[in-house]
Amino acid sequence: MATPLEQKTNQKPVQFIVQRQDGPDGKAYDEAFEVPYRPNMNVISALMEIRRNPVNAAGEKTTPINWDMGCLEEVCGACSMVINGTPRQSCTALVDKLEQPIRLQPMQTFPIVRDLQVDRQRMFDALKKVKAWVPIDGTYDLGPGPRMPENKRQWAYELSKCMTCGVCLEACPNVNDRSNFIGPAALSQVRLFNSHPTGAFHKEERLEALMEDGGIMQCGNAQNCVEVCPKGIPLTTSIAAMNRQTTLHSFKKFFGSDEGRTGEAVSR
Amino acid sequence: MANHRDFVGRKIHSLLGVIPIGLFLLSHFTTNYFIVRGEEDFNKAAEIVGGVPYRLFLEVFVIFIPIILHGVYGVYIAFTGSANTGRYTYFRNWMYVLQRFSGIFLVVFITWHVWETRIAAAMGTAVDASMMQNIVDNWFMLAFYIVGILATTFHLANGLWTFCITWGITQSPASQKAMSYVAALVFIGLSFVGVRSILTFAGVL
Ligand code: HEM
Ligand code: SF4
Ligand code: FES
Repeated sequence: MATPLEQKTNQKPVQFIVQRQDGPDGKAYDEAFEVPYRPNMNVISALMEIRRNPVNAAGEKTTPINWDMGCLEEVCGACSMVINGTPRQSCTALVDKLEQPIRLQPMQTFPIVRDLQVDRQRMFDALKKVKAWVPIDGTYDLGPGPRMPENKRQWAYELSKCMTCGVCLEACPNVNDRSNFIGPAALSQVRLFNSHPTGAFHKEERLEALMEDGGIMQCGNAQNCVEVCPKGIPLTTSIAAMNRQTTLHSFKKFFGSDEGRTGEAVSR
Repeated sequence: MANHRDFVGRKIHSLLGVIPIGLFLLSHFTTNYFIVRGEEDFNKAAEIVGGVPYRLFLEVFVIFIPIILHGVYGVYIAFTGSANTGRYTYFRNWMYVLQRFSGIFLVVFITWHVWETRIAAAMGTAVDASMMQNIVDNWFMLAFYIVGILATTFHLANGLWTFCITWGITQSPASQKAMSYVAALVFIGLSFVGVRSILTFAGVL
């Protein structure tokens, strides 16, 4: 690792190749940029520098690059893009740790809005489809809910770190325009909300949603998702767990007398 | 039931791969292995298998229909996926791709194999050791059969691994890893049985 002193003496400009596209239906093209080096730079601060001075590597004036961002600390997921071939968050991609020229591309799984900005709406639609929330609104006070055992809370907390960044969908070979797979993130969220003591009241509804077309059965077990998730979410464990819950639920519903809707008996 | 057709279809596809197709494969490989004990033993085994009661019923309902259903749905599944091993070189991603390539190759191999054995038998060719000996009497067909056998054993072994996830049996990373070793052993064991049989038919062993 270079010390701060060494970094200051390294004055070579940082090389970027950015895949651009002028609009949703535009044609993709590459544009090279050179950005003056500053210590501890990340991809977003470099993009900001280009925005301040939109001149490409050939010295021609060009349009500023479009990209998405929010938190700047890897919790919102908005700034995901493909950096040197790997989908990840640009706010935590440190220039010093990247091989140059640094290649920036939009995630190809999602519709492109412009340049590096994509539309992740399908992920939020998937969360709505599987009811990834705990419904507590009503006309009277329901009182305190049941307590959650501490050890369960600990692993559930890991699942709750999902920031809908889309990296797992980008890496999944079964998420593409020939399939309507909702993707790994939403499957794991069902496990999260089904394990919540109050969320479990609506367990069956979420399982039913997972069993619809585009749901859990579209998983092909390539397990790329768990490798690329920046939050280290055990997606493949969640998927296997949801396979068990949906299988038991469907048996219960088909063979049982209560149509599998009692809330209790479908065990994890 | 809302639109759960895909869910049920996928579960049936998964089940068919193991029961009955996987079980049939065990019995098929075991019968063939008799060739290792000599032609006479193999011919006796072939005669018993060929003479089981209600054979046509078993062939249709335990072998043909399950393989056709699993195969057709499998091709559909394979073509709704996309190989991205160029970008993501993880072991499991390679297994995902190989499961699909081996499946598509199996359509060709099984069709060919059924054509020159079962269909030929129906046309009057005698089912004994000499049938297979004639088929693999050249290097090209022997190689085709060895690749076919390895594609089958790989597809079944890796299929058992994914089966355990499809049905929610192996959930934890530790159990999935343990199952990887079991699948590897199944692959090695079945491949040994299958390849040794075919090499014996070919007169190489
Ligand atoms: C006839 C051609 C065949 C094709 C096109 C085919 C295709 C496929 C495909 C694409 C899968 C992956 C399904 C998924 O991940 O959801 C699969 C799974 C499987 N196949 Fe095949 N297959 C064929 C023949 C066979 C044969 C002969 C066997 C048994 C020896 C077999 C056993 C299995 C098993 C056990 C699985 C795992 C099921 C699961 O993941 O739940 N298949 N097949
Ligand atoms: S599961 Fe991980 S990779 Fe997928 S959207 Fe959530 S944080 Fe991103
Ligand atoms: S800006 Fe929120 S994750 Fe990068």
